[in-house]
Amino acid sequence: MTAVLQLLLVVLTAPLLLGVITRTKAIVAGRSGPPLLQAYYDLGKLLRKDTVLSSTTTWVFLAGPAMAVVVPLLASLLLPLAGPRAPLAFTGDLILFVYLFALSRFFTTVAALDTGSAFEGMGVAREVTFAALAEPALFFGLLALARISGSLSLSQLLTVDGNSWHRASAALVLIIASWFIVLLAENSRVPFDDPNTHLELTMIHEVMVLDHSGPAFGLILYGSALKLFVFSALIADVALPRTGNPLADAAATLGAVLGICVVIGLVESSMARLRLVRVPQLLVAASLVAGFAVVLVLR
Amino acid sequence: MSAILVITGVVLCMASGLPSLATRRASAATTVLIVAGGAIGLIGAVLGLIGGTAGLSLPWHIPGGALAIRVDALSAFFAAPVFLLAGAGGLYADRYWPAARMRAGYVRAFFGLMTGALALVMCAANTILFLAAWEIVAVSSFFLIATEHELAESRSAAWIYVTASHVATLALFAIVVLLHGFTHSWAFVPLAPGSGALPAGHALLCLAFIAFGIKAGLMPFHIWLPGAHAAAPSHVSAVMSGVGIKMGVYGLVRLLSLFDAVPSAFGTTLLLAGIASSILGVAFAIAQHDLKRLLAYHSIENIGIIVTGLGIGALAQTHGQPLLAVLGYAGALLHVWNHGLFKALLFLSAGAAIHSAHTREIDRMGGLGRRMPWTAAAFLIGAVAITGLPPLNGFVSEWLLYVAGFTSITCSPHGGPSLLLILVVPALALTGALALACFVKAFGTVFLGVPRSTAAADAREVPATMRAAMAPLILGCAAIGLVPALFGPLLGRAVHAAAPRLPMAATLTALLQPIQTSALIIAGIAIAAVLSLLALTRRAATALTWDCGYAAPTARMQYTASSTARGVVGLFGWAMRPVIHGPRPFTIFPFAAAFESHVPDTVLDRALLPVLRGARWVLGFARYFQHGRMQLYLLYLGVTLVALLAWSAR
Repeated sequence: MTAVLQLLLVVLTAPLLLGVITRTKAIVAGRSGPPLLQAYYDLGKLLRKDTVLSSTTTWVFLAGPAMAVVVPLLASLLLPLAGPRAPLAFTGDLILFVYLFALSRFFTTVAALDTGSAFEGMGVAREVTFAALAEPALFFGLLALARISGSLSLSQLLTVDGNSWHRASAALVLIIASWFIVLLAENSRVPFDDPNTHLELTMIHEVMVLDHSGPAFGLILYGSALKLFVFSALIADVALPRTGNPLADAAATLGAVLGICVVIGLVESSMARLRLVRVPQLLVAASLVAGFAVVLVLR
Repeated sequence: MSAILVITGVVLCMASGLPSLATRRASAATTVLIVAGGAIGLIGAVLGLIGGTAGLSLPWHIPGGALAIRVDALSAFFAAPVFLLAGAGGLYADRYWPAARMRAGYVRAFFGLMTGALALVMCAANTILFLAAWEIVAVSSFFLIATEHELAESRSAAWIYVTASHVATLALFAIVVLLHGFTHSWAFVPLAPGSGALPAGHALLCLAFIAFGIKAGLMPFHIWLPGAHAAAPSHVSAVMSGVGIKMGVYGLVRLLSLFDAVPSAFGTTLLLAGIASSILGVAFAIAQHDLKRLLAYHSIENIGIIVTGLGIGALAQTHGQPLLAVLGYAGALLHVWNHGLFKALLFLSAGAAIHSAHTREIDRMGGLGRRMPWTAAAFLIGAVAITGLPPLNGFVSEWLLYVAGFTSITCSPHGGPSLLLILVVPALALTGALALACFVKAFGTVFLGVPRSTAAADAREVPATMRAAMAPLILGCAAIGLVPALFGPLLGRAVHAAAPRLPMAATLTALLQPIQTSALIIAGIAIAAVLSLLALTRRAATALTWDCGYAAPTARMQYTASSTARGVVGLFGWAMRPVIHGPRPFTIFPFAAAFESHVPDTVLDRALLPVLRGARWVLGFARYFQHGRMQLYLLYLGVTLVALLAWSAR
């Protein structure tokens, strides 16, 4: 029951997140901006279009979009979004959570290389390098949370109660800050990447999908919305108290996720993209911040 | 029963090259013999793992020596992949190195000798036999590395290998003697409790770290490994890398099993060396542009992961944390199997690509996926597995080590040795992410895109027997990844044999059960999604790669492997010290510019070789006494003898 509720929540509301970010940026800039549901219209349009494939590609090219959608959906099953327990919870599921995203990264980057395009190769090189720096940040945060909760399962790890907040508030704030940076990097947001352009200016995630078209491109768009939802929900789970009522929890998750999207919109409105050489520094800083959280909880 | 089957397998493998040596036409007999030997030995090893310990002993007229083998769970666990890879490699060699090719008999004879002796190392119950088998492996490996000895590169790799190997053997002699001093026996007998704390025990552990570290290719003892694995024929590299370096791991585990507790400094050393090896191994791998050297550096990384696991096990055992110790040993041992499977798969598929494209340079390949789809699929599976991604086998063993790292932070009091164990988590995370970068680069540049050379454009799929040799390895990767709980009991037995004092590891199967469920879900949904998208776009139109509107993209415009690696090489510049040649074009209309970059091995090329060159210069003065004249040598002998006599009569 909660599994169905949770899947519906993720599947149906994910594209809304893109609309919220765009609308926030539009309001800050003094524009009216596209409708909140624009991402749904775009998806509908793309799914009705035909696909054009590059003549150099193999089946690997289509494995990328497929995995881009499958992986965030599977990862969402490991998070307790509606109710106290995730649909799939076991000791050590936190490692599976991180490695699932590595699986999708493998296939999306390999799909980009399948076109033989220089631009996409460039995007791949940056994506895999930066991801290597973001991954320790995620794991340091998980280590600190494991210490606080005394558990190795995301369902207990992420349901941080008031008592833990009282004991380890500094560490939790550091984790949230570090993971927010990881969220921005993993979801191709300013200051790492600019999702509004697809060309030379932004050569990380967005440049890797230049050659995808039609339903395959729709899947990529949808997959990135799902990924944004899952990462936001991960942070929301740390920050939110839990009631135990599935519906209330689901509503709280959705509210918090949309709130995070407003913050992302504000960040994107207030700063420019970093120079590429600065990106590794910011990611290492995120790892160090999460590392401090581990030191704090070990004390 | 298992011991008889194992020894039959050993004999068949060792003898398999004889028909080929006798006549070229008998190469089919060699293939049959080695595949049969591998199969029989594998059955024996599996029986040994399921059933109890079995032994077999024959008289041998060497002081202290006995032709005694003992197949306990640990030996069986290490011998099983040896036999599997011997069979697969033998089958692969049938067409990879056909009888008509130069030195076919030579390669087959030494390959059989090496694989048979390797299995014997894993099962020897007598230290003298262990030493003898160890040397047979070392010598036959030397000849296999030097197969193409008309190339200077092969000769130098072989000499570096044999030098490093001799240092290891020297340390091993000392280990055998020290062990005899402890137990007064030439068999592997548990040492008296508290032996680890004695000075001789310390010496034993230090020597073990050197001897087995060199053999396993642990950093900084890895100097021989990249060159040797690159120079040998691909099926030989598969065996050397997949199971050959596991000799060192086996030696380490066997020795650890004899102690009741080792000093925590030893566990710490293993842990830190393992972590350094895994991170730097994969970083160096990314920088390589020779496909086989790249895979060789990944062996250093994977050995690092295995030794990290052993370090966790040893440390936790010393500090009385049995659950952690079981997780560490289980992760390490399972990774021994996993690395054997996926690394052999990668070497065999890379060998097929090299066979077809006639080059080892990654940047001269490209587009092989359309030309050899089976090989590409095999390499892709190996790449996903070695990167440690679910739902394949690499994930399961790395998962066990992650759980150990996380458990150490949840269940331990403040400070203590567990602080070190926490390092395992970020180290594995960095290693895993870098391995992903490396294999995306390797698979993408070799198999995807457009061919970068005419040889790559003309590549054809390899014969069916070569592909058939990869099938059991793919099956193994998939089976351990998808149904790990099935392997839980076997792993438990091996862990129990490696650390007899730990409580029997019955928890492993229960722990692996949810991983099995999720792996099956992931595999099912992912395959269904990819297949349905393929079906949906079956009638899709094709066109040139769009690439922001270039009308005529050429192969030279593609991103190269070196460019892909550049970011990581920059991050690890402090350790790798890349060499970059070529003027940068400074004018607006540059006429011609060349650019070249490569990353030498820091330990070998920047530290060891300069030191050795200096040593050669200093020792050159000793040549004054070495004229090559027999009468002078006799004079030296006589003088020394008289001096000794005078000294002893004093």
